[in-house]
This record gives sequence, structure tokens and C-alpha cells, in this order.
Amino acid sequence: MIESFATIDTFFFAFGVLLLGGFSGFLVSRIANQKITDMATQGSAFIASLLVMLFSGSILYQGTGVAQSFESAFPMLSFSFRIDGLSAFFLLIISAVGAMASLYGIGYRKQSGGHYRSESFGFFFAIFLAGLFLVPAANNALFFLVVWEIMSLASYFLVVSEYHEAKNVRAGFLYLLMTHFGTVLIALSFLLAQRATGSFDFDMWRASLGSIDAATLRWIYGLAIFGFGTKAGIIPLHIWLPEAHPAAPSHVSALMSGVMLKTAVFMIIRFFFDFFPGAPMEWGLVLLVLGSISAVLGVLYALSESDVKRMLAYSSIENIGIIFLGIGSAVVALGYGMEKFAFFGLAAALYHTMNHAMFKSLLFLGAGSVASATGTRDIERYGGLIRVMPYTAVFFLLGSMAISALPPLNGFASEWLTFQSLFIGASSPSILVKSVFIGSIAALALTGGLVAACFVKAFGITFLARPRSDASRDAKEVSFFMLVPMGILAFSLILFGVFSTTVIAALVGVVGSIAPATGEPLRFIFWEFIEKRAIFSTVLPLEWVAIGFAAVLASVVAIAQWFARKRSIAIVRTWDCGENLTSRTEITGASFSRALMTIFQGVLRPTKQTDVEYHDEALRYFIKSRTVTTDRVDVYQDYLYRPAQSVLRWFGDKAKLVQTGNINTYLLYIFMTLIALLIVATK
Amino acid sequence: MTTLQIIATLLQVLFVPMASPLIIGIIRKVKARMQNRDGASVLQPYFDLLKLFRKDEVISEDTSFIFRIAPFIVFCVTIFIGASIPIFSLVTTYLPSGDFLVIMYFFVFGTFFLALAGMDAGSGFGGFGSSREMMVSALAEGGLLFSLLIPSVAAETTNVVGMVAVLQEFSLIQLLPIFIAFLAFFIALLAENSRFPVDNPATHLELTMIHEAMILEYSGKRLALLEWASANKLLIFIALGGNLFFPWGIGSEFEFLAIIFSLGVFALKTAGFVLAIAVLESIIAKFRIFRVPDLLFTSLVLGMIALGIIITI
Repeated sequence: MIESFATIDTFFFAFGVLLLGGFSGFLVSRIANQKITDMATQGSAFIASLLVMLFSGSILYQGTGVAQSFESAFPMLSFSFRIDGLSAFFLLIISAVGAMASLYGIGYRKQSGGHYRSESFGFFFAIFLAGLFLVPAANNALFFLVVWEIMSLASYFLVVSEYHEAKNVRAGFLYLLMTHFGTVLIALSFLLAQRATGSFDFDMWRASLGSIDAATLRWIYGLAIFGFGTKAGIIPLHIWLPEAHPAAPSHVSALMSGVMLKTAVFMIIRFFFDFFPGAPMEWGLVLLVLGSISAVLGVLYALSESDVKRMLAYSSIENIGIIFLGIGSAVVALGYGMEKFAFFGLAAALYHTMNHAMFKSLLFLGAGSVASATGTRDIERYGGLIRVMPYTAVFFLLGSMAISALPPLNGFASEWLTFQSLFIGASSPSILVKSVFIGSIAALALTGGLVAACFVKAFGITFLARPRSDASRDAKEVSFFMLVPMGILAFSLILFGVFSTTVIAALVGVVGSIAPATGEPLRFIFWEFIEKRAIFSTVLPLEWVAIGFAAVLASVVAIAQWFARKRSIAIVRTWDCGENLTSRTEITGASFSRALMTIFQGVLRPTKQTDVEYHDEALRYFIKSRTVTTDRVDVYQDYLYRPAQSVLRWFGDKAKLVQTGNINTYLLYIFMTLIALLIVATK
Repeated sequence: MTTLQIIATLLQVLFVPMASPLIIGIIRKVKARMQNRDGASVLQPYFDLLKLFRKDEVISEDTSFIFRIAPFIVFCVTIFIGASIPIFSLVTTYLPSGDFLVIMYFFVFGTFFLALAGMDAGSGFGGFGSSREMMVSALAEGGLLFSLLIPSVAAETTNVVGMVAVLQEFSLIQLLPIFIAFLAFFIALLAENSRFPVDNPATHLELTMIHEAMILEYSGKRLALLEWASANKLLIFIALGGNLFFPWGIGSEFEFLAIIFSLGVFALKTAGFVLAIAVLESIIAKFRIFRVPDLLFTSLVLGMIALGIIITI
């Protein structure tokens, strides 16, 4: 029965629903209020996402892909779709998160103050989702660029949907700039590949690996890494992420962070394992180094943030770094010809991709609920929200636990698998490779600890202790439509963690469906692996760990409660040394992370500015108020992007000299060019 | 299952919680003797725990369910891990939870909830304790991971029991990088268990507290569970340190004499550790908080060196 959904028609039907819903928003808003429009647009996005989930799930279940191709008016552009195991896997993730985000969006607009119009937002949301669905399915480079642009532009409009705040517009512009910078690099990479293989078709690229010379291949790889790395948020190309993600409405941030970044990861995997497999293993080392740097710096910057959504954005950078570690170790293994270990590393990267999509979108939805309930994103204004928003608190806690890689949740399983692939890599023959792997293991270990610190801060300051502002005191739990997707995602965190062995075995199957350059589908070797699931069951049987721990917990609680059954519990004030405890006597977010920031101050460059106001300016003795502002020097803006900007501006200024505004000089230019061309042509 | 097997399994599960207060008592006794006083009896921690269980509890009105469940979670983590590591026998414990990454991250689980509980009461002490605990824990994790990775790479397995089984056969030369890793492990042991020079487990001064600050608001049975849990954690680290890095004397059969012999060897190794910790605490001062990262980075570097040695030879 489920096989009947595995045709491309289901995919196109889902599209129809999606676009119909997007356009219908304009009609519905004329005859009904904004709430109904929300239901129409977001509801149809939800249904479309469910359909794509069904489609991709049935493809994975059935084991064979689908392909379809339509010619267009342009010679090189053909609308060709190809959905194989890897595409179906990514489509499943995209549609699952898309479904949750759409459901959340039904209740979000009203909750957050209704700053954007439902019909235009719903339209762009539908286009964004359409772009997201098309990216894994595209099989032609030009078609891919078209849908990539559609995805980026639609997300730009979503990021600036709350344009009443100027900084949102600035953030959107920065995002637009950076994504087009990345697209330029991607386009260059595609053009090089087209020049070497003669076609824009991905199938052609797959077939002609042997005929591309090494120098071109090097440029193709490099441009692809940096082009897609811009979209993925690799340091130092990440500067748009912490601006754009907070500016966008929360379910859009969830989609961008959970899913859009992963499309870049998807294409990098395609480049290194599908189109041009067998890259020299130095590329794996490049990916490992990029991944380690992004992981460590990402979490350090996250620790220093007091805006909860900026913190989550930096945390996404860190997790992309971890995914790159998995991909890097796989590329190194493939470069040495050890395909089994390559697929192990790739499975780790895919597992972490899936897990990150789940817990990051959960965290963004939770942050969005909290931000819209209190009206601020500043963590220093939160506190005590666990009493007024208990469900959101529990879901956010599960998300924090998962991202900190606490067993038996899914974050631990994927980090475990990444560690294993790095351990394998550390035993390679060359000293250089060994050192890079040791460095990556150190980076991953450091990241793991710092993430736990970061999310203890995030959850603790937001939800625990006393409210730090009136807004937090008067906050209310969010609506049903916003709670249900968070609950489903939280439940899936537990599910995908406890049943990690099944997931890992399934992932190895997904990875095995990417055929290597030798033309032999590796599926045969890998079906054995999956059949012998026993190999993986002794590897990480988290279900037994979970059951064992739960059993111990239950017995200890029972024994302790029985032992102390006659004892009473008195509820009194926190010990206050005789003072009245206010919100100012609690720890703040900045002071929580101050210790770690001081240790890493060489990297983080914290700044502290003290402003003092005196009662008498002439005397300057009695202080009226003292304001301390702590901030962080943005190294990338100051040392990378501003200088680049000044260089561009210098070129622009020099080029201005050519444009005199006088038509006589322009005629002279034309005349001179003509003479020059005549000379060259007659030579 | 024979009677011996049942007894041995039960002993494995109950050993850590039953023996850990004694370890704490001995450490305190040795410190007292070095300070030229008699000190309390080595069984005093048992009486302290019993006293706490018999007291009523006082819970702050600012706290939430996190405060109430955290002691149970922290304690159960130590019980669960204690049942999975090799103490006196290899046969009782070949469990999936013996994977060293699972052990490490379960401890992070416990620290996570303890830090949250410290912040829950809304007092400045708990908040700062949590902040410093997360700082120490984040930095110590690297050294701990590397020090556990060395035996894992040498034995080509990630299960601690498997590691001990393989390492038992090694010669002293092969064990050289393991000894370097042991140094890294010892530093991580001191850091994770709030011993000198990272933290003072007996302090009453807020400025010198890390672990004590987080449990400041607790009383009654919950405080008993937390104190017991930190004793358990110390014994688990000592057991891992003794058995992984000095892997001799552990029995692999369910034989009565073998088990008694292993228990004796284990007691000897533990005595060595206990003496080392107590003497260290008596002769050096606690580090200033921002000198602690230097120590922890040293642990990380030692681990990286040991890994480099072991994979190049």
C-alpha cells in the first residue's frame, strides 16, 4: 500500500497543494480575517509537507528512486528530477520539520503581535517550502540554481517580514548579500564542471568522472565547499546567520536553521560522494579543519550571547561543524580507498543532520514561544518561566538535553557515531592525517562540554528561579497549535535516541544507495551489514541503557521515598542572608558565561565599557548611576569584511574617474575601443 | 544462575554505594592525621548520611520540579555507572553501558541536572557554583576523553570491561602511553570530583565553593543523596583509574577465591589512590579559579601526547 505513494506524481501533487495554499491566502484574506488566512496557508503547507513525508518515506521503504525529466524552452535547462536514497532522506527531514513549522505557524502570528500580513507571509512560506522540496530533487545544474535562488529569495522575504524594525531589514540585506556571494561561487563551480563534462546534467557529471583533469577538479571542489559553506554557515562565512535567524519569525528560523543549512550539506555530500567521488584525502582534511573551527568557535560565540535566538544561531554553526567532521572523515577514508569506513563517517554526518534538524527546530520553536509570550528576546529579562509555561519548559529541556548529547537521547547517538568515525580516522598511516584527526577529536570533546554549559545557561536563566522582569512574571503558556509541534519533536528526540541501532542500520542503507564511481552499487555489500544488524546492536544498544537507567531511577525513588516517608517538606524562602531577595540577586546570563569567556578571551575578545553619571558634573565625586556594557568585538566584521568592503570601495572610487558625465569623453571611449578592436582583428 | 553468580552480581551493583562513604571517611582520617589531630572515625560518613535521611527537608519556594528530581538523577547515574564498570570481576559487568563514551556523557547528564538545580533556587551562590562547575566540567572533558581513549585504542574496543581484559596481557613497555594517559586521568579525577586543587570539598566559604555551592539549598534526604552521589562518583573514578591503567589482579571467572583475591587487589589500589588524594589535599593549596584551566589544558595536552605515542608506535 505504501509503495503506491512512491511515484513522482505524489510529489507533484504535494506541490500543487502547497502552491494552491500559498496563492489562496490572497483570496481568503479578502473574505475572512487573518486567523482564517493563517489556517488556510499554513494548513495547506502542513498537508503538503505530510504528503512529501509520505512520498519520501515510501521511497526509502521501497528502496528504489524515481526520476522524471521535462524539457524546457532553453537548450541547457531541463526540469529533471531525481530522487534517490539520499534525496529521499533529506526530503523526509525537510518535510517533517516543514510540517511542524507550518503547524506552529498557525498559532504564531497572533501570539507574536501580528506584525506581518498572513497572506503575503503565507505566500512566501509556500514558495520557501517549495524551494526546499525542490533542491534535493533537482538533477540539472541550471535547474538547481533556479530552485536554489527561489529558496534564498523566498527566505529573504520571510526574514524581513517584520520590517517595522530597521535591524530586521539590515539583517535581511546582509543575508541576501551573503547568500548571493555563495551562489556566485556555486555557479562558478557548476560552470567549471560543465566546461569539463560538456553538460549541465548531473547524470552526465556522474558518468564522466574519469575525464576531468585534476586541476579543474580541485577548483570545483574548492568553490563548492566555500559556496555551499556560505549557506551552511561555516566560519568565517557565517556572519549572516546570527543576524538573519533572530530577525525571522520563529518557525522560519526553525526551517532555516534546521533544514535550509542542511541543503548545503546535502550538496556537499553529492559533490564528494556522488558526482565526483574519490577526492584526494587532503579535501577531507580541509573539511575536518573547517568543521573543528566552526564547532569550537560556534559554541564559544553562542556562550557569549544574551539574545536567545542569536545563541541558537551560533549553536547551529557549531552543529554544522560537527556534521562537517563526519563528512571530512568519510572523505579521508574514501581517499584511502576504505569505503566501509567512509560510509560509517557519512552515516554519522547524516544522523547528526537529522538529529540537529529535530532538536534545533524544537529549540527555535521553544525560543519563539518564550519570546512571543514575554515580548523580548533578551535572556536577561526571562526567569521563572517554568511556572507559567510548563509544557514549553519541558520541551525546551528535552531539546537542551539532546543538543548537549546526553544519553539516551538522539544527540548523544550521533555524537557517539561521529566520535567513532574520528577514532577510526586517527589510526591512518600518515602523521599529518593523524594529527588533524587528533585535533578534531579534541575539538569535538571541547565542544561537547561547552554546549552543555551553554544550554544549562539557556534553560536555567530562561525558565528557572525568579522572574527578572514584569513581562516574564505575566507571561502565559502558548496556544495548542504551538505546543503540539514542539511535543512531537521532543518525543521524536527520545525515539531516535533510544532506537539508535535501527536508525544507524537504516542510515547505512541510505548511504549505500549512493553509487560510487566504479559503477557497482555498493548496496550489495551494505545489505549484508544491515542484515547482520547484530553487528550494530552490540555497538550502541541505547534501548537497554535507557531501560536500565529508568529501572534504577524508579527503584531509587521508591526506596528513598519509603525510607523518608515520615519526613515532612517545608516550603520556605531561599536562604537570603537577611536580605529581601529580588530578581537582581539572581545570577544573570552574562555572569554565568563570564568565567568561560574570560578563559577564552583571546578568541572572544570581550569588551567592557563603563559609563558613569555624576550628581555634580563639576565636582565629579558623587556618582548618580553607573552603567556597564559588556560586548564582544566582532572579529570577522572588523578584520575580514570591513577591509574587503574598503578595498571594493577603493576600486569603485578609482573607477568613478572613468565616468566623467561628459558625453564627449564617452564618445572618445567608444572610438578608442573601435580602433583597438580593429587593430586586434586585423593582426 | 548459580548462587555465586547472584551474589557476585548483587555485590557489583551494591559495591559502589556501600563502599564509597568509607572511602570519604578514610580520606578525611588521613587528612586529619596529617594535620596532627585524631579526626572523626572512618565510619562517620555513614552516620552523617543516616542523620540526613532522618531529617525533614526545607525546599525553597522559588524552585521547580528540577530541584526535586535532580538529586535522584545524579544519584542514579552513579549507581548505574557503578554497576557497569569493572571493580573486582570482569564477568559481572559486560554491559552496553560500559562504553566509555556512554559513561562520560552519563556523568555530563548528572552534572547538567546538578547545575540546573543549583540555579533553580535563585540564590547567587547556586548560580555561581553552576557557572564554575560547567566551566570546570567543559574543560576537564577533553582530558578525560583522551585519557579514556588511550586504553580504548590500545585494546581496540570502547567497552571498559573489554579494555581491561585486553590490557591485562600487555607488557610494561606497551603500557607506557597508558601511564601518561593516567596522569591526564588523575587530573580529570581531581577536577570532576571537586577535590584539591580545583575545588575544596569541605569549605564553608562561598568564594571557594563550586560543588558545595550548587548543593547549598538542599537538606534532608535529597542532600543525603547528593553527598552519597559525590562519594560514589569518586569511587567510580578511582575504580576506573585503578583497573584501566593498572589492569592487574582482576578475575575473569566466577570463582569464590578469584573474587576474594580481586577484592583484595582492588582494596590495595584504592588505598593507593586514597592516600595520594589525601596527601595532595594536605600539602598543596587550592588553585585560584583562573589557574584551574591551565591545569585542565595540561591534562588535555598530556592525553593528546599519549594518543600520538600510541598510534605512531
